[in-house]
Amino acid sequence: MRAIEEYAPIVGRPAIDELFFLGEKLKGKSVQNINSTAVGGGVAEILTQMIPLLQQLGVDARWDVIKGNERFFSVTKKFHNGLHGADVEVTDEEFDFFLEVNRQNAAEMIFSDIVYVHDPQPIALVEKRNGNKWIWRCHIDFSQPNQRIWKFLEQFTTRYDSAVFSAPAFARQLPIKQVLIAPSIDPLSDKNKDLPDDVVNSMFERFGIDRSRPIVTQISRFDYLKDPLGVIKAYKLAKKHVDMQLVLAGGGATDDPEGPQIMAEVKEASEHDKDIFVLFLPPASDLEINALQRGSTVILQKSLKEGFGLTVSEALWKSKPVIAGAVGGIPLQIAHKYSGILTHSIEGTAYWIKQLIGEPEYARRLGEFGKEHIKNNFLITRHIRDYLILFHSLFHSDEITIL
Amino acid sequence: MSTFTFKTKYDQEILLGRRAKHLSQLLDGIETVPASSIFLHTHRALQQNTMYAPEPPNDFAYWVTNRLGYERLGEELASVDIVQFRSVEALRHKFIRILRTFIGEDPHTDSCVPGHEFHFMACHTFVLPTPFTANSLAQFRECLRQVHVTTLRYHILDRTLRGDRGENDFSAWFREIGNQALADELAALDPYTQTMEGLRNRILKLVERHESD
Repeated sequence: MRAIEEYAPIVGRPAIDELFFLGEKLKGKSVQNINSTAVGGGVAEILTQMIPLLQQLGVDARWDVIKGNERFFSVTKKFHNGLHGADVEVTDEEFDFFLEVNRQNAAEMIFSDIVYVHDPQPIALVEKRNGNKWIWRCHIDFSQPNQRIWKFLEQFTTRYDSAVFSAPAFARQLPIKQVLIAPSIDPLSDKNKDLPDDVVNSMFERFGIDRSRPIVTQISRFDYLKDPLGVIKAYKLAKKHVDMQLVLAGGGATDDPEGPQIMAEVKEASEHDKDIFVLFLPPASDLEINALQRGSTVILQKSLKEGFGLTVSEALWKSKPVIAGAVGGIPLQIAHKYSGILTHSIEGTAYWIKQLIGEPEYARRLGEFGKEHIKNNFLITRHIRDYLILFHSLFHSDEITIL
Repeated sequence: MSTFTFKTKYDQEILLGRRAKHLSQLLDGIETVPASSIFLHTHRALQQNTMYAPEPPNDFAYWVTNRLGYERLGEELASVDIVQFRSVEALRHKFIRILRTFIGEDPHTDSCVPGHEFHFMACHTFVLPTPFTANSLAQFRECLRQVHVTTLRYHILDRTLRGDRGENDFSAWFREIGNQALADELAALDPYTQTMEGLRNRILKLVERHESD
């Protein structure tokens, strides 16, 4: 478990002192996080980091997980896909079963002063609210939800005190307060901590990549929405004018039926080119990802759709120039031509690859500004502060609050 | 001599669930959103990007230029000289005047590309104490050297536009302790044309120069 004090050399002593102040001011209030899984997935990862840090700050924080069977999670998976805009059919019986499971869980739970519910699975627990404060945190891309599913969920969201979203586009017309809280990266994790040069070098040697030549890398799961085929096309366009190697590295979701198909297409598009490295990384490859990002010349994140796209923050934290699709939360992380490059097409991506390889001083400056931007806005300490402020905001309604 | 207490602040960003696809909707929004929304959209880029100078444009100018393609209007909105305003309402009316004049009789309902709408936000500001207090100019300088840039933003930007004096806190305190010239010189600095670190250095030099007054 990491100590909150370990972040002081990175974000400064005053920032840590402010967290302690905010934590202290919550004394007497208990905070309960509720989600649907203790391991696996982004929410569990955030809560695993966050809860011990909140406790160190003096917050009476705990984390509970709702119980559900296979049928329940197959219904909530449909909710998840439907909220992402997929065309799914949820029957009335499935809605009823969802409610029944939520009610069973609610009957067995004791709720704290502040109840922080994550994602749709436990959303209906709010039926049991009783004089305490409730927050609903939606971690998924909510910009074009399936209307039937949204209508069903809306009856519960309106019973909360506040809803929290990761990007402005996910906000809706709701009668409750909606707050923007972006996700964050942990600068001390294996994926982001500083690495000695020899570790980076040995990783590139292991994969047979030549560090004396420019390296353009995209780290992401092999998924059509990350557009690996578009990345290969952009590389081929740029390669006509600049010498470079391309690294496509990532894993695949085990429950993604399209995974094998996209891998086959990537392999086909990259065969016969010894400068393209397709690396299928197993889970827990954080050090490999860290080294690949640190040793690359330019990082791409040419996504067609994104929830938030934290790999952009990871790369910028390593002072790397990043070219990324202007989708989801990526424009929050990159101010075009200031802290990175936003593109909308394969041709645009190819154009900027050439520019950044050809003009390393400009690329260096983008990376330098990018790192500062991430330091100020997307580190876990900012995320903790946003949570603490969120809890305080439940008890204050003025535009300006003096704590 | 009165004590100056340095404070810091955090803006909780509130999503209003209201979006604009074209100029008329942007104008409608600017006319009706809470004052904290105007403040946020004119200061957000500045607050998030501490190293950029000159200042990144306000959100309205950025969207009009990059999402709607109205370059001349975008330039006009970006050129609004915030330092000349003493209240958010006055600033709001400036943007309204510019947009009304441009829109004229034509409602300008050409929409942006779907997904690139302007999302109105507002902010709930939390003001926190810091351990830094000053009873003299020498102490003030020592504290100013150490505080986070957010403290500067709060005392200089927030308090000028959102406070009840229409003046930044530092100048007000200098005036209170009888250093009128220093107060005026500081008030004349334009905090929007430099980074906050650049501003900190300028204020430090000013204070140093006046320490023997």
